[in-house]
Amino acid sequence: MPALHALANPTRFLSIARPLTPVLLWAGLLLLAVGAWAGLTLTPPDYLQGESVRILYVHVPSAWLGMGGWTGIALASFSLLVWRHPLAAIAARAVALPGAVFAALCLITGSIWGRPTWGTWWEWDGRLTSMLLLFFLYLAWIGLARADAERGGDGRIPAIFGLAGTALLPVIRYSVVWWRTLHQGPSITVSGSSIDGSILWPLWLTLTGFSLVFGAIVLMRMRAMLAQQRLEARMRRMAA
Amino acid sequence: MKAKHQRLTLALAALAAIVGAGVLAVSALGEQAAYFYSPADVAREGVPVGRAIRLGGMVEKGSIRRSDDGVTILFTVEDGPARTPVEFRGVTPDLFKEASGVVAEGRFRADGTFIADNLLAKHDERYMPPQLEGGKHKTETLEP
Repeated sequence: MPALHALANPTRFLSIARPLTPVLLWAGLLLLAVGAWAGLTLTPPDYLQGESVRILYVHVPSAWLGMGGWTGIALASFSLLVWRHPLAAIAARAVALPGAVFAALCLITGSIWGRPTWGTWWEWDGRLTSMLLLFFLYLAWIGLARADAERGGDGRIPAIFGLAGTALLPVIRYSVVWWRTLHQGPSITVSGSSIDGSILWPLWLTLTGFSLVFGAIVLMRMRAMLAQQRLEARMRRMAA
Repeated sequence: MKAKHQRLTLALAALAAIVGAGVLAVSALGEQAAYFYSPADVAREGVPVGRAIRLGGMVEKGSIRRSDDGVTILFTVEDGPARTPVEFRGVTPDLFKEASGVVAEGRFRADGTFIADNLLAKHDERYMPPQLEGGKHKTETLEP
């Protein structure tokens, strides 16, 4: 892990994060603008769903980033527990909030799509329930990490929670395969996509766009937390 | 260095144990967590008359009939070889059509007809523009 160790020094991390933040943010917003325009005007409607198919350009990236966010918490937790990486606790806390927001966005857009398509806002099937559980895990983790940080903890307890929560990710992914659910099976797998190419292509734009914006938000939050830490350290020195 | 390797082994073992436990727990749930019964389940296990369940499958081609009162529709839900007659009074969802997925909420009547209180359309994983419809549409079952 030489690259990660090079980032262990907060000053070096900041010297990379500072110029990287606007690059990620603006590239992401540009891709989102192009993707939204293409998804709203260029692509055909679906043969069954009609125009409501277009919500997929927000719903699918939200689902992937909601799950990707927890993967980020798990990776940071792992490097905190094993290598005591000094930025890991901050990285996990920075990822958690946007991860929770995207998980919520996935649930909300799915609900809006479900009403005209299935005829219901919400059903307790395997996919919907496991995704809601992930959202609740985020809320619990954020509360725990905040309490741990306020008490001056080293982040190990939220890290254990972060690792344990990883068990939910394969359950969400395979819920539609293991169980009969109302939610359809996976459209995009390693072997290809059952979404026609004419409908699919703007999804890659919005997916990359949302991911880059996600990265920019994480870097901003990490920088803000590091600044806060420095400020508190300075206040303590001045008070002493 | 030694301690670091110990922590690495411990963390990997813990992660494997947690994910393994999760997968085991979930696979033990098995059919209990299924969102609906298929006609094949009903034929195999039998469902008591009057118990509220969900019945899911494909609407059989050519089976949708409207009864004389004009508001009751009759159709057959099929799942491969098994089929169940369904009766429903009310407004069907837009996506309810022949040879596509449906989940009906309701209960069995003594004569083996399923009386649905509510219909949900099930969408499959294929998305395509209208002009491609037909050629690709050949889903026969909702089983994953």
